[in-house]
Amino acid sequence: MLAKLAMQSLLDRKGSVMLSLMAMTVSIFVLLGVEQIRQQTKENFSNTVSGVDLIVGARTGSLNLLLYSVFRIGSPTNNIRMETYENIASSEKVKWAIPMSLGDSHKGYRVLGTSKDYFRYFSYGKQHRLAFTQGQAFDQLFDVVLGSNVAQQLGYQLGDKIALAHGIAATSFSMHDDRPFTVVGVLAATGTPVDQTLHVSLQGIEAIHIDWQHGVKTHNNALTQAELEQANLKPKSLNAFMLGLKSKMTTFQFQRMINQYKQEPLLAILPGVALSELWQMMSVLENTLLLVSALVFIAACLGVSAMLLASIRERSREIQLLRVIGAPPYILFLLIELEALLITLLSCVLAIALLALCLFFLQDYLISHFGLHIQLNLLTENSLYLMTALIITSIFVAMIPAFSSYRKARA
Amino acid sequence: MAIELTNIRFHYPAQPNQNILSIPHWSLASEERGFLHGPSGSGKSTLLSLLSGLLLPSGGELQVLGQHLGNMSGRQRDCFRAAHIGYVFQQFNLIPYLSPIENTLLATRFAKRQPSIELNEEIQELLNALHIAKKEWYRPTRELSIGQQQRVAIARALINKPRLLMADEPTSSLDMKNRDAFMDLLMSIVADNNITLLFVSHDLSLSSYFNNVESLSDINQAESPASC
Repeated sequence: MLAKLAMQSLLDRKGSVMLSLMAMTVSIFVLLGVEQIRQQTKENFSNTVSGVDLIVGARTGSLNLLLYSVFRIGSPTNNIRMETYENIASSEKVKWAIPMSLGDSHKGYRVLGTSKDYFRYFSYGKQHRLAFTQGQAFDQLFDVVLGSNVAQQLGYQLGDKIALAHGIAATSFSMHDDRPFTVVGVLAATGTPVDQTLHVSLQGIEAIHIDWQHGVKTHNNALTQAELEQANLKPKSLNAFMLGLKSKMTTFQFQRMINQYKQEPLLAILPGVALSELWQMMSVLENTLLLVSALVFIAACLGVSAMLLASIRERSREIQLLRVIGAPPYILFLLIELEALLITLLSCVLAIALLALCLFFLQDYLISHFGLHIQLNLLTENSLYLMTALIITSIFVAMIPAFSSYRKARA
Repeated sequence: MAIELTNIRFHYPAQPNQNILSIPHWSLASEERGFLHGPSGSGKSTLLSLLSGLLLPSGGELQVLGQHLGNMSGRQRDCFRAAHIGYVFQQFNLIPYLSPIENTLLATRFAKRQPSIELNEEIQELLNALHIAKKEWYRPTRELSIGQQQRVAIARALINKPRLLMADEPTSSLDMKNRDAFMDLLMSIVADNNITLLFVSHDLSLSSYFNNVESLSDINQAESPASC
């Protein structure tokens, strides 16, 4: 009965209640949105690479190495000589090695030059291997395997011919258009930067740069395709490589060995450690965002309380009437609390609906622009905790007007 | 005795030296129709608040329907008021956004009566008896005329079959015709249900309806008329 009374009373003050409801909805929307993105980014993030024991690159910061090798962000500072790679990869402690050569792009998507071992050994998430939805790994010199987003966004099918661009800008003026690649495979979606990557063989990368010097095309089509395929295309350098070791026990020892490599300054990092370092840096930002949205929510709570407090002044006769027909003062306290609670609950529902709607429409945009895979599952354990916290907070803040109503009832 | 006051004093806690009411003795017999008149500000409403248990006297003994209100807890007084006392104000007797049915139902809930078909029938009978047309039953009461609202107020006050009905200037916002109709209806309902009526007003012309007419200034010994 009290709930019905509270509901009717709110309906009677549509104007001010509506505004409070909107403020509350927006604040809960922001709060849940930030939390959702935070959670999912973290999940995506720690799932980007697994099963790789060491990542090796030219000496630089460990974050820089992680960013360009795993996330395809930024550029390598220096190269590693091919002999160094071969030397380390042939060590008896090494189970497998994946070479990585970066620096070219296609319509803003990075191109990774690698070996077939990439498809055999690279894994993400909980030890998921890469899988093909169509086709298979590259075999020929000018074969390319697409990440799922690349294929989806650019609408490429098996057999399509595409030209790579030199450099990593989205619009490049220097195209490797004299040597088009053929799509031979499309990878299944992983929710990692692999989805945004085009994969070609190291030899392919070498072939398109064969008549280039210092980033400039010197002459066109000096060599025919057949000549290129027969030529012994051996790259002279790499940007980085990933290592899987036969025994995890040797990881630290092997890392130290690489870091002290005499012939060339190298850096080996443990992906897990570097990922958590990077995450810590980002979490400061995200915690700030969460804090700001929590403050916005508190402001909205105070707004609702101010609205209710003002309403109590208008409703002193209603309070008096309820007292005369036998309502004890605590009922008047509960009535105001209930009104605040109804506003909060309704705002929660509206905010979830709004968020679901926004994520539904922004999903593709978030994937293509930020590589963020946001699931539409909004009622996770965490967001339920968060909403419980919101409701408890609103109950506490509503005690201000509720107590004022109680005191009025006592007088 | 329906009401019996002995040496009642009342002052607000903030002004301990300024008695608003000081009544050596006053009583109203059961099933009597009492009329208390006095100018506004003479303490009529304060007296009704004391009698209904909303306020406690600063001193003296207060008996209503045989109960010593001063000995009851706040919760007990609230229950007692809900079950045994009907109260009609000058205005704002009803929650404006609820219908006559809902307003009446609300009064039954605080008297701890469970909703039932019988209760609904009882409410409808009462509204009929008070000449509230069926089409008004489900409209928000703010859309009704003042006369209709005051009649619904009687229904709300009487639904729990109280033994005592208190009315605080219930006719002062009605015009002459409505006022007479209201008074006739009130008197017949009170007589039919054997209810004790205490009616306060500044309007002496209403005194002809009552068998016990007194002036508050005669029974109240407080020196200065207080502001409310």
